[in-house]
Amino acid sequence: MIIYGTALLSICLLLGLTIGRMLGNLAGVDADIGGVGISMLLLILSCDYLQRTGRMKPPTEAGIAFWGSIYIPIVVAMAASQNVLAALQGGAVALLAGTLTVGASFALVGFFVKAGNSNSPANG
Amino acid sequence: MPSALQSLEIVLIKNSLLVAFAIMGSTVWISYFLSDRLTRGRLHGSAIAIFIGLVMACIGGIITNGKQGIADIAALSGIGLMGGAMLRDLAIVATAFGVKAEEFGKSGLIGILSLFTGITLSFLVGGTVAYSFGYRDAISITTIGAGSATYIVGPVTGSAIGATSEVIALSVAAGLVKAILVMILTPFLAKYIGLDNPRAAMIFGGIMGTNSGVMAGLAATDPKLVPYGAMTATFYTGLGCLLGPSVIFIFIRTIFG
Repeated sequence: MIIYGTALLSICLLLGLTIGRMLGNLAGVDADIGGVGISMLLLILSCDYLQRTGRMKPPTEAGIAFWGSIYIPIVVAMAASQNVLAALQGGAVALLAGTLTVGASFALVGFFVKAGNSNSPANG
Repeated sequence: MPSALQSLEIVLIKNSLLVAFAIMGSTVWISYFLSDRLTRGRLHGSAIAIFIGLVMACIGGIITNGKQGIADIAALSGIGLMGGAMLRDLAIVATAFGVKAEEFGKSGLIGILSLFTGITLSFLVGGTVAYSFGYRDAISITTIGAGSATYIVGPVTGSAIGATSEVIALSVAAGLVKAILVMILTPFLAKYIGLDNPRAAMIFGGIMGTNSGVMAGLAATDPKLVPYGAMTATFYTGLGCLLGPSVIFIFIRTIFG
């Protein structure tokens, strides 16, 4: 049944978000720390377990894969509901702070990626 | 008797999520068509779609003066639900299906390192910009720096340390500028920074941190990289909210008093 896959996905997300909130509470902040990441790990581990024990049926997989495959339109909807106007009207401080941070961050990503490539052997 | 238009509007408002599916489906279709015909696939269809989405958001903001882009128009409110945190997180977790757990483990250490340097860098750059615009108090400098991390870290940090609402609004705007720029620029800059493998995507997610920016930026570059970038980015906002009002604020306060 396709719903088994969607249910498994939802359970992983609900559990992961709860753990993320609990981590946030432990750290004393009103925010979720890594909820989505934890959910992803839960999904990977539970799917792995189901596959190894032969209980993962193709319809179950389809119930997960569907949501992953409509990711792009969901992201487009996310973009369409951003407060773009506030970003454009934020004034020079906001524009400059955002832009320079992005520029510096791209440079840092490039540095990290290249530093790792030259240090690690082929299997790293 | 209500006109056809009025009937249509009632149906659209009552079935807003379906309207969202229809509009987003058409947007993606048009974008892939343009990508194919105008750029011969060089500019990814999803990059064009995300750009169209941002333009829609801008139009929505101008028409309604609201905060949710095009979703503030009643008949299009389903776009807010479709692109909201719930379905977005569901879809992003689903993209991890089929990924091996070891893939994350292999780049775990560099992922953690990129998180901490990314957060520090954002505070550093944002704080410097604030300083150069004449902000001299540690609270404002920290809050604008926090906004340069993400538009959630900004207001969380700002209200924790008692920033003025004007400065908090600035920090949100800085975070929005960051998210939007990451969405637009990533597909163009990916090849220059070596963003074409899972490890690089984890570094990218950790340093950029802005969830919406990372998720959309990677989708527009190579959808296969999305789960890796999302994995590290998901820790960024929480860590930023943790470090901003504590360690980083104390550090900035010792410099500026």
